[in-house]
Amino acid sequence: MKYLDEFSNPDLARRLLDQIHAATTRSWAMMEVCGGQTHSIIRHGIDQLLPEGLEMIHGPGCPVCVTPLEIIDKALAIAALDNVIFCSFGDMLRVPGSSQDLFMIKSGGGDVRVVYSPLDALDIARQNPGKEVVFFGIGFETTAPANAMTVYQAKRLGIKNFSMLVSHVLVPPAIAAIMESPTCRVQGFLAAGHVCSVMGTAQYPPLAEKYRVPIVVTGFEPLDILEGIRRTVIQLEEGRHELENAYPRAVPAQGNVPAMAMLQDVFEVTDRTWRGIGMIPASGWKLSGRYAGLDAEQRFDVADIHTTESSICRSGEVLQGLIKPHECAAFGKECTPRKPLGATMVSAEGACAAYYAYRRLDLMEA
Amino acid sequence: MAEVDFGTVRKSVCLHFIPDVQVGEYVIVHVGFAIQRLDEESALETLADFRKLGILQDELGDEVTPASRQAGIDQETGL
Amino acid sequence: MTESTERPGKIDLQGWVCPVPLRDTPSIVMGHGGGGAMSAELIEHLFLPAYGAAATADLGDSAVLSVGGSTLAFSTDSFVVKPMFFPGGSIGDLAVNGTVNDLAMSGATPLFLSTAYILQEGTDLEELVRIAQRVGAAALAAGVRLVTGDTKVVDHGSGDGVYINTAGIGVIAEGVNINAYRAQVGDAVLISGDVGVHGVAVMSCREGLEFGTAVESDTAPLHELVAAMIATGTDLHVLRDPTRGGVSASLNEIARASGVGIELVEQDIPVPETVRDACGMLGLDPLQVANEGKLVAIVPGEAADVVLQAMQAHPLGRSACRIGTCVPDHAGMVVARTGMGGTRVVDLPIGEQLPRIC
Repeated sequence: MKYLDEFSNPDLARRLLDQIHAATTRSWAMMEVCGGQTHSIIRHGIDQLLPEGLEMIHGPGCPVCVTPLEIIDKALAIAALDNVIFCSFGDMLRVPGSSQDLFMIKSGGGDVRVVYSPLDALDIARQNPGKEVVFFGIGFETTAPANAMTVYQAKRLGIKNFSMLVSHVLVPPAIAAIMESPTCRVQGFLAAGHVCSVMGTAQYPPLAEKYRVPIVVTGFEPLDILEGIRRTVIQLEEGRHELENAYPRAVPAQGNVPAMAMLQDVFEVTDRTWRGIGMIPASGWKLSGRYAGLDAEQRFDVADIHTTESSICRSGEVLQGLIKPHECAAFGKECTPRKPLGATMVSAEGACAAYYAYRRLDLMEA
Repeated sequence: MAEVDFGTVRKSVCLHFIPDVQVGEYVIVHVGFAIQRLDEESALETLADFRKLGILQDELGDEVTPASRQAGIDQETGL
Repeated sequence: MTESTERPGKIDLQGWVCPVPLRDTPSIVMGHGGGGAMSAELIEHLFLPAYGAAATADLGDSAVLSVGGSTLAFSTDSFVVKPMFFPGGSIGDLAVNGTVNDLAMSGATPLFLSTAYILQEGTDLEELVRIAQRVGAAALAAGVRLVTGDTKVVDHGSGDGVYINTAGIGVIAEGVNINAYRAQVGDAVLISGDVGVHGVAVMSCREGLEFGTAVESDTAPLHELVAAMIATGTDLHVLRDPTRGGVSASLNEIARASGVGIELVEQDIPVPETVRDACGMLGLDPLQVANEGKLVAIVPGEAADVVLQAMQAHPLGRSACRIGTCVPDHAGMVVARTGMGGTRVVDLPIGEQLPRIC
């Protein structure tokens, strides 16, 4: 497919790698924020091809992984209700809540459906006027326009039996929180390409300035990732800490203006607890007052949720980049994709799942 | 809503956020919504930049080293 | 939510693949029907112990039995695919070809099939006729006779449309010994054609996932292809039709049963562009997507070319090719070499990637 294959060209990858090797004179640690980037790095073995001193710290860019446990438990409670059709992206189905997951609810008779788009959930609401249809609206800024449009349409069309359980998280506050952490080792960031496709790049220069870290907007194909790393290394070697855009074909500086206008209307900023990390102020979006009528959290009385995390799961430390997945004692033993203790082992973008799929063999033989 | 080609698969996608998109353009699609257009010119430029990397070494090969040594230039510092 | 009801049988859940370790009321989930790790565990840890002394330990697609002086293959399969009619086929075609293929994977010539229907009250009679006609046509094409059957009706609330179970008998020629335990280090891993086709065809008309694609299910009876492969005189070690759980499930089962590792070369695996695009869009691995007219064969390394030639000469094996080798490393695991020089583990699918796919 055009614009994908070209950016996997092994010959050009080799050149980029040579440049990275030539430029690196000391040890540096940089973080790729987005889970999709983590997967690309591990799948293609990019981290194994980098010079000795260069370390990739995997960031909390997996929305499935960081959805607060309380929201998962609320989702489970709503999905278990009679007369509710609960719609979600496939990834969320096996995420462990305090004592169940959505698959369990489905087997217990709950009507849980996997959809590709939130608009599909709206269709289901139209086709089932006698049921309450709820969509699980999680994600970073990339998914937010889709959810915003769906809520906007639901209100405009007067679809009374639809609501959304919203749990959006934002990248810039996460970067700030990571840099504020006393154990932080991150010296540079590969910013999430498609988040910036929506939001533009304006939020990043102040962060680069405040924390004195280079921030390079990076894509997902092997060449994009290598270029992001290359530019970050060069900035670090030259003592610069600026915003650079290494993904200009998909990221205009101003982002997507119509999308941002809709986001402004439908969402408002809120504090959010990131699973495994803790509360990060002003790091999430919830439905704005205008759309409160479509908020599933308000429509369904699901107060009284008591959350319990697995005591041996170290997802939080993985998400903060403090440990690598295989450094967790449960990795590959008590915790596998089939019986995950935490979300990072379930999600397609989770670091633990990536290591399990692509590195298990090397780690076993090591 | 419009039909978008994912290579050999077609799906209905909402184009509301890229109101001026034309047939034949490439877009980035996320959960059924086009969130940004792909700038063809920019893509080609980026690929050209990658191709230019390391080209000097490729073209001159080992001739660079003896030439600079002859001129008494230190490899490391370039002085 | 928990009641102290008396449980009729004791089940030891220690070490089960359970998606929610903390749950206290064990029950069947969709994943148990996926043909992956959970299905296997259900058989190994629930059914076999419960059957006790009456059961044999064979987990092959079909049972190989000595009766009188003959060797028979006997197999059963149930079909719950949704929707019942999809591009390239129907539940009727799957019901016949699925069991014919299970028999063929033991090297048997399929002879007779039974058909048992469980019908939901309210099922449209015209639709049932169309299904039955497909069953008849598929049986004719496969050269098997439909010799016995049954019909049950369940009320509106139970079941969902039409469920079909078929059981089949075939006869295995002397000297043919094909089963999951025979893969050896050095064997070649072959596939008869493109992967992921059936799964994508069904998915393309699944509610909430509709997308336009020209992909049609590959449902087909494979016994004549198998006969051609046997006719080369090669001692075929393993044959398997990768249905639910895809190529990954089949190869993982074989690797485990035979105690060898399997190494695949990703670029050699024939994935049609349409399947690749659809899987890319839905986040699925083509190796875990169902096939209904393909087989994987594990044959002695030196015989690979001869067998491939025979396969390619047959209409159902035109795109047959070699995709890997059995190796002494990582016994029981399937690994693939990726494009950029890395390796990745090709895992048994966990549960239900695509429910009601066959």
